[in-house]
Amino acid sequence: MELVGYGETYLNGLDATFAALADPTRRAILARLASGEASVTELAEPFAMTQPAISKHLKVLERAGLISRGADAQRRPRKLEPQRLAEATRWLENYRQFWEASFGSLDVLLDEMKTMKARENDTHARADQDKGEDR
Amino acid sequence: MNRAGTLQLATPTDREIVITRVFDAPREMLFEAHTKPELVKRWLNGAPGWSLTVCEIDLRVGGAYRYVWRGPSGQDMGMGGTYREIVRPERLVATQLFDEEWTDEALGTLAFTEREGKTTLTNTLVYSSRETRDAVLKTPMDKGMANGYDQLEDLLASMAARREA
Repeated sequence: MELVGYGETYLNGLDATFAALADPTRRAILARLASGEASVTELAEPFAMTQPAISKHLKVLERAGLISRGADAQRRPRKLEPQRLAEATRWLENYRQFWEASFGSLDVLLDEMKTMKARENDTHARADQDKGEDR
Repeated sequence: MNRAGTLQLATPTDREIVITRVFDAPREMLFEAHTKPELVKRWLNGAPGWSLTVCEIDLRVGGAYRYVWRGPSGQDMGMGGTYREIVRPERLVATQLFDEEWTDEALGTLAFTEREGKTTLTNTLVYSSRETRDAVLKTPMDKGMANGYDQLEDLLASMAARREA
């Protein structure tokens, strides 16, 4: 992964990927590219958008590492780079999963702590009772 | 008040993540479970296959803590920071920085509020920029984003199907 600070280099990190994914048109473009490479004209077709507008979206996706240009110099087809997408989704799913799984374990630990405390209280109560009987 | 066991994620501002969860235990226990290494190691293991292998806590203002998790294929993920405020058993404020090079320092405030024997944990993480906050999480809790991620899941599913074909 790139070294990430602020400014231009930062844009090469996952952040650019997330920013690129935040837009519905760009996600739709990715979905289209998932079924095979396509030229800018082909990509513009299903959207009520001009080619320059689509090109702008493509530039964002390209900079984010989500797509690249295919070999055909004439058509310059765009194709999906699934690696970067997988990287991005792995991290977010991990985030929620991380806390859900951890808090599940914490529930178990707290139950154990409560049982121990109850037992302690019980022992103290019995000790107090014994003391009372001694008197 | 939300039910015990349900994790809630929210983004009240564009630099924050707030995690809320209700536990069926007094807050003194929650505080202990967050500040004693032998207890933290019992639960802060994250996703299945991961475990907290390093847990060092110097519980005083200005004291440091360090956590390292090991993943199923032996990869390490580390983070640490410094305690800024300690109010037992209700509040714990600390900086946090992941070893991942694309994040920067966040300030985390853990608050425990108790009501009728149940404790609500609120973990508020404030990042120095929206970019970092988004990078850490890219908000599955924001409705628009959640929607986006549903679509993303479909996309990934279709990609997987294509690979198999």
